[in-house]
Amino acid sequence: MSFRGPHLLGIRGLSRGDIEEILDSAGTFRAVLDRDIKKVPTLRGKTIVNLFFEPSTRTRTSFELAGKRLSADVVNFSQSTSSVVKGETLIDTARTIEAMPAEILVIRHPCSGAAELLARSVSASVINAGDGMHEHPTQALLDLYTVREALGRVEGLRVAIVGDVLHSRVARSDILAFKTMGASVVVCGPPTILPPGLAEWGVDVTLRIAEALEGADVVIALRMQMERQNAGFVPSLNEYAALYGLTRERLDAAGGRMVVMHPGPINRGVEIAPDVADSASSLILNQVANGMAVRMAVLYLVAGGASA
Amino acid sequence: MILVRGGRLIDPASGTDAVRDLLVDGGTVLGIEEPGVIRPEAADEVIEAAGLAVLPGLVDVHVHLREPGFEYKETIASGTRAAAAGGVTSVCCMPNTRPVNDCGAVTRFILERASAGGAVNVFPIGAATKGSEGEGLSDLGELVDSGCVAVSDDGRPIGSPAVMRRVLEYSRIFDIPVVNHCEDLGLSAGGVMNEGKTASALGLRGIPCASEEVMARRDIALAELTGARLHVAHVSTAGAVRALREAKARGVRVSAETCPHYFLLTDEAVDRYNTNAKMNPPLRSAQDRQAIREGLADGTIDAICTDHAPHQADEKEVEFDRAPFGIVGLETLLPLSLVLWREGFMPLMDVVRRLTQAPAEIMKLDRGRLAPGLPADLALVDLDAEYRVDASLFHGKTRNTPFDGWTVRGRVERTLAGGVTVYRRGHE
Repeated sequence: MSFRGPHLLGIRGLSRGDIEEILDSAGTFRAVLDRDIKKVPTLRGKTIVNLFFEPSTRTRTSFELAGKRLSADVVNFSQSTSSVVKGETLIDTARTIEAMPAEILVIRHPCSGAAELLARSVSASVINAGDGMHEHPTQALLDLYTVREALGRVEGLRVAIVGDVLHSRVARSDILAFKTMGASVVVCGPPTILPPGLAEWGVDVTLRIAEALEGADVVIALRMQMERQNAGFVPSLNEYAALYGLTRERLDAAGGRMVVMHPGPINRGVEIAPDVADSASSLILNQVANGMAVRMAVLYLVAGGASA
Repeated sequence: MILVRGGRLIDPASGTDAVRDLLVDGGTVLGIEEPGVIRPEAADEVIEAAGLAVLPGLVDVHVHLREPGFEYKETIASGTRAAAAGGVTSVCCMPNTRPVNDCGAVTRFILERASAGGAVNVFPIGAATKGSEGEGLSDLGELVDSGCVAVSDDGRPIGSPAVMRRVLEYSRIFDIPVVNHCEDLGLSAGGVMNEGKTASALGLRGIPCASEEVMARRDIALAELTGARLHVAHVSTAGAVRALREAKARGVRVSAETCPHYFLLTDEAVDRYNTNAKMNPPLRSAQDRQAIREGLADGTIDAICTDHAPHQADEKEVEFDRAPFGIVGLETLLPLSLVLWREGFMPLMDVVRRLTQAPAEIMKLDRGRLAPGLPADLALVDLDAEYRVDASLFHGKTRNTPFDGWTVRGRVERTLAGGVTVYRRGHE
């Protein structure tokens, strides 16, 4: 398959078969996580470096634990402790770390394309843990896994993605991932934060949340950041919540049978109402638990592992 | 005296496209005659040009020579060597040096360096406002007296309409063009490539076409208001071409230029974050590219230039957001422009006009055409020669081009500036 060894840079370029292999492998590791001893020797002797150039707790922790559960040595390299502040380029930083040596580099970076640049510059495997507004492939994979686990399939489902798609790497990866797996996708949000050319991606686009929720099996709410209000993309978070917030009334009006997801961290009362986030239809905590299994699978496969 | 013998002379100003012998004396053209009229014994040197096209040396009105201040990117010496290798014998250099070329001292420094170590003619463009800060006017009289042929704040568009109005009004004293990089920085909002499908897929911030068009239309209105000469730099969008076409039809004193990348490439060239396809204005859509070709063909766009912008590889090999805008172009200008002729968009004569006579007229240079008494600036070109662009062989200091590896046709064999051979292929 095309993706195993050396890199996972994005969902773009992955076939349906590639994705199924990752999800199946994640299922195997999910079972490991339910054991008393949650550790396998798969990557013993390998070194994984988490290169985080952007603040992140959950994704970094998830990758760190995933690596440790596979018995790899895991090193965290974050912006505050890095030599980036000394003016070193990304390529020089990466080559230095690789020379230590490390087999797998996991990168989170504020610039789109940083993972691709890194992959071109080093011989280690590179996993994209989120680059700018581009892609966040492991998030999309764990979203697929979570939907498949909850609903038994992805093919033929209707997935609504609501919110700040313009600035969201999660949205880009989710759109590609769900479409590749045979779901149909509708995207909804204020036009100021929908990317130009969105309709050409083969998704439905609507400005009205009621239309987006109509017939949806899965609703993914995106995080609405305070900066967007300050930059004038929306008048206020209050207005955003009033027009686009996921509330129980809106879900019920659309039939109320859909599951609700969110990449986190959530802004309660902005993009999602507290009772929706905490309801039985919310898969938000399942996403977190599944994230580690998916990341174990990805680490295992880029390291050259055979299908489980 | 030098006899350039048996070449196909293509001179748009006189409408000549025929085999002619050309006699050069002391840096100027002495005579242009049908074959055989000039006796070879009259010349000290005979340059055999049979099988080659003899063009007026190309005139590039938009070049960044980087000196003073950024000599690691390019110098006047290296940039003019690159020009010579590209058949370009006159370059107008932009004022975004360090210090900015906003006073006579800097202009004179550039001209002294050019006369001491430059391979081709250098015509500086002065800063329109002090420090290119977009506020107070530079001493335009001093700049013109020192040798500037136009004024511009280059990549820092004059944001204030009132300041732009004053610059245009004041420029009328000297009847020089005011060159503006038309871009509304508020609309560009930190964008790094063309807004559209490709930018959205790559997660890169987009620069909408409207960013260029809003300011082009503003400047056209101000040119109309003031009666001054506006020159719109590097036109990249269909809407800007439309605005220019309408303005010219109304008689507004406006001229325009574009670059080969805008009529050959689209924003898809940015795929996989190719920083050598990052420039400002950015590569646009296929529809824009088509409109640029049509604008060149019907004369809405007067000139083809390069916006030659050298940057070192270590500056470009970074995150796309952090890479500087700009590509080099002097050494590929001619073959890339000839594509317009080969693919049937324009007659050869018109392509040559946009590279020679038209830009020279915008800047009021006695260049870009060949006639007795004019400077002997010549490019000898094998129009049919096919070759691969190899950036590693460039004469300039840097290699930042999206055309590396392209197969092109039309090779510069020899370049003369002021009657002196400044480039001869294989004899460097």
